[in-house]
Amino acid sequence: MELLAFGKTGWGDELFYATLMTIAVSVTAMFIGFFFALIFTPLKLSKFKSLNLIGNFYTTVIRGVPELLVIYLFFFGGSGAIMYVASIFGYLEYIEINAFITGSMAIGIISGAYSTEVFRGAIQSIDKGQFEAAKVLGINKFTQFYKIILPQMLRLAIPNLSNVWQITLKDTSLISVTGLVEIMRQSYIAAGSTRDPLFFYCFAAILYLMLTYISMKIINRLEIKYSRGY
Amino acid sequence: MDFDLMFTSFPKLLGATVVTLKLLSASLFFGLIIGLLFAILRLNKNIFINKFAYGYSYLFRGTPLLVQIFIIYFGLGQIEYLRSSFLWVILKEPYWCAIIAFTLNTGAYTSEILRSAFQTIKPGIIEAGKSLGISNKIIFYKIQIPIAIRQSLPAYGNEIILMMKGTSLASTVTLMDLTGVAKYIISTTFKPIEVFIVAGGIYLFMTFIIHNFIKYLEKKYSFSQ
Repeated sequence: MELLAFGKTGWGDELFYATLMTIAVSVTAMFIGFFFALIFTPLKLSKFKSLNLIGNFYTTVIRGVPELLVIYLFFFGGSGAIMYVASIFGYLEYIEINAFITGSMAIGIISGAYSTEVFRGAIQSIDKGQFEAAKVLGINKFTQFYKIILPQMLRLAIPNLSNVWQITLKDTSLISVTGLVEIMRQSYIAAGSTRDPLFFYCFAAILYLMLTYISMKIINRLEIKYSRGY
Repeated sequence: MDFDLMFTSFPKLLGATVVTLKLLSASLFFGLIIGLLFAILRLNKNIFINKFAYGYSYLFRGTPLLVQIFIIYFGLGQIEYLRSSFLWVILKEPYWCAIIAFTLNTGAYTSEILRSAFQTIKPGIIEAGKSLGISNKIIFYKIQIPIAIRQSLPAYGNEIILMMKGTSLASTVTLMDLTGVAKYIISTTFKPIEVFIVAGGIYLFMTFIIHNFIKYLEKKYSFSQ
């Protein structure tokens, strides 16, 4: 138990901040994922074959390639790509993007591919009559989407989005390879300096279990909230 | 684009793919056995056995695979008792540690897939078997298991693909699998995009093969309901 003490003697506070970091990365990645999903879902549902192709390319590649490989691409290629773009604008200094941004971007793009599939499925399972009824009533496209389609879609999407959240949360452990101090990295550091890997990795596992358990509880509440009237 | 690097790294990456495939097939084989075992335990009416099986799948599905590998590879070596036992021959090898972690992980997911497949079997089918005087054992092995396997094919196909991606974590415990070699080439040449295209292409090709194989099996064993 001394190993988990707060302050200078133990690893309690370090692991606490690392847990906050894991949550921060997961939430950021989830939102980046939503952003990508909002771009790629319309592409996948579009009438145009070429747009379909772009949407399918994104989801197929990301879901078919290991997360770790995507993270390595971002970790080693991220600052190179930014520097290349900057050099076009005449900025030639070395740019280093921090591990938090690289990590959230990498995980966000992965999570976005899963969210895209969830949104696509949810929109497709909304009754066609809903779209037609909105049209007949003269509701404009914007209101139609935000007031009619989105609320119904959310209800259908939440159970699957909760799976995406679980995947995203667990994927953040992989960012530890880039050196961002989240739960896994902090446990690695603590295990190395105390020579007690068994204890710290088991504790990391408990932290992840806690996070998944708490988030399940919250998501269940959301599910109840959005399924009112059904 | 450095096409030369892409050509020279291709054979190296292809060689590493063999390691990935070995890890994948071994863990899927053992994982299926464990999955079936725990799915049967989950259906047991004894609450302790039931809870034990549930706890196993909850534990392995609720934590990242990376933690599981690290506990087995770095953590278990700390236990003196294990170090002196015959198990140490296996546990000191990163290769076997990775396979154990993958097996336990995929076993947990497989048990959930099979359990839900068992539960969706219509009671009428079992009742029909009973009324024909078929023994419970034969009903289980000859009727329930084949139907459950067919039912769970689509979900199991996804699990195979997820596991194939999971084997990339073997590179974190010093194994040179496809991702491990890719990372090594990236860090020596600093050409991430080229290597990503080649390695990613190989992974995508494997995904494609698995996907179509499962589809073929689904079609072959489909039955009209």
